[in-house]
Amino acid sequence: MKLVGKAHRFGDDINTDLIISGKYKFKTLDMEELSKHLLEDLDPDFFKKIKKGDFIVAGKNFGCGSSREQAPLVIKYAHISAVLASSFARIFYRNAINVGLPLVECDTSKIDEGDNLVVDLEGGKVIDQTKQEEIDITPLPSFMIEILSAGGLVGYIKENRGWRI
Amino acid sequence: MNTIIQILSAHIGREVTPGEFVETKVEIILGNDITFPLAIEEFEKSRAKKIFNPDQVVIVLDHFTPNKDIESAQQCRRIRQFAKEHNIKNLFEGGFGGIEHALLPEEGLVVPGDIVIGADSHTCTYGALGALGTGVGSTDIAYAMITGQCWLRVPETIRFIYYGNLQPWVGGKDLILYTIGDIGVDGANYRAMEFSGETISRLPMDERFTICNMAIEAGGKCGYIEPDEITLEYINQRTKRSHKVYKSNPETSYIDTREYNVSKIEPQVALPHLPSNTVGVSTLQPIEIDQAVIGSCTNGWLKDLRVAASILKGRKVHKEVRLIVIPATQRIYREALKEGLIEVFIEAGAVVSPPTCGPCLGGHMGVLAEGERAIATTNRNFIGRMGHPKSEVYLANPAVTAASAILGRIASPQEVAV
Repeated sequence: MKLVGKAHRFGDDINTDLIISGKYKFKTLDMEELSKHLLEDLDPDFFKKIKKGDFIVAGKNFGCGSSREQAPLVIKYAHISAVLASSFARIFYRNAINVGLPLVECDTSKIDEGDNLVVDLEGGKVIDQTKQEEIDITPLPSFMIEILSAGGLVGYIKENRGWRI
Repeated sequence: MNTIIQILSAHIGREVTPGEFVETKVEIILGNDITFPLAIEEFEKSRAKKIFNPDQVVIVLDHFTPNKDIESAQQCRRIRQFAKEHNIKNLFEGGFGGIEHALLPEEGLVVPGDIVIGADSHTCTYGALGALGTGVGSTDIAYAMITGQCWLRVPETIRFIYYGNLQPWVGGKDLILYTIGDIGVDGANYRAMEFSGETISRLPMDERFTICNMAIEAGGKCGYIEPDEITLEYINQRTKRSHKVYKSNPETSYIDTREYNVSKIEPQVALPHLPSNTVGVSTLQPIEIDQAVIGSCTNGWLKDLRVAASILKGRKVHKEVRLIVIPATQRIYREALKEGLIEVFIEAGAVVSPPTCGPCLGGHMGVLAEGERAIATTNRNFIGRMGHPKSEVYLANPAVTAASAILGRIASPQEVAV
């Protein structure tokens, strides 16, 4: 699976309250509606700038804070195809896998706003076409790739009709 | 083998090693009014018919309760219906409720050796009972309800050793803030945090809960304090359920060990916008505040209310400050009433709220306006956490928060107490 899109650049320690503000978070389970407010406290127009397939690119500890699954869900519903960061907070990480949002752990320091990226999950690399550079990614355990390919834990369980990792 | 590895190995039936992914059975599956509705959706999407064991499921309606608007009321109603359909008896709210992480220990629902997964990041609190408590997502608890299982990465463990005598007005909150300041907000990412040493073994349960509660603010998977007589006395007063105490072997290995001489630690304040931005309270220039909040799963315990009352007794809250006091559970509220603490708060000019997570996450009961500043005994000071994105939250212990409410600026308790 190759993902293609532009980079939207954010910094370190982007927490779940920033990803989706508490003002909206629990008003509704309508993720399409919630996704319009993605990262708006950092950039009020962010949702409008996203083209289908684009990437969020961040520094360390992306997704720190609460356990709320709305955080990876709104990113997925905003048509972001993957989040690239130098590291992820652990609850966000498991939630993203469980809802079928691909995460890419790699050195993001050289990726700039607007760079054209190709993410090759199976091949284990990111190609920054703007800079003509290749970045290695930390491979995911195979059961996580299976969960992602099934679109998340719901699909995975249905396909496997049981619980196996 | 360290204790976390022992607990996981006992649940899985073989010796596990850090870094491997395992599936484990769990004893308690916890959800609340904002995470459980999504778990119901996932549960229903999977077309599962019944819950693996309804007695293992605990639901606490605590974040937006008493319901603040129609949406939150609808969500709670849906949860009640689901609980009834699936025979979930452990549903707590209203006069029988409180903030989940204070309520479960109080109800005797968690015992040493348990694995507790909760769709709430502060599930790490149960480490204070010698249990492995860890925050997960709504989908995780949906599948644990179906299968009784959860996938986990076996964590490495960092050991934190505290020695020496605490300075006046320094407590568990200061030890954990200081530690987070030392290692950073991702200093324990994916790792377990074991808190030990002579200082910890002298702390009462309330302060141990505070320490383990904030393990997540350093990214930790769980906190852990080895059960001792204080723990077992607490447990035995509340439940007859059998438990198992795990103790580290002499050959236990840790990925890192950090030692702190607590006699050098003064009351800490975490400046906006990260819990790791900690400084000693005496080093601060005057910072005026609009609101002070004493409560939350971190510091809404009885001991916290006693400390705050000891500072507020016979004094008045600054006229330009709103002080909000929130006992963490109904039982704590009642005890505080009996001890006369609530009267002290009201006499001083505080508002006393029923138990709720409320302002901690900018939900209700004390949301901040643009440009406002609060000092709070809560656990997060992220941008917009307590309200407007241009508001600020400073984290501190109950004594500092009470003293600040009196003086109208962030203050050391020593400035008001003699």
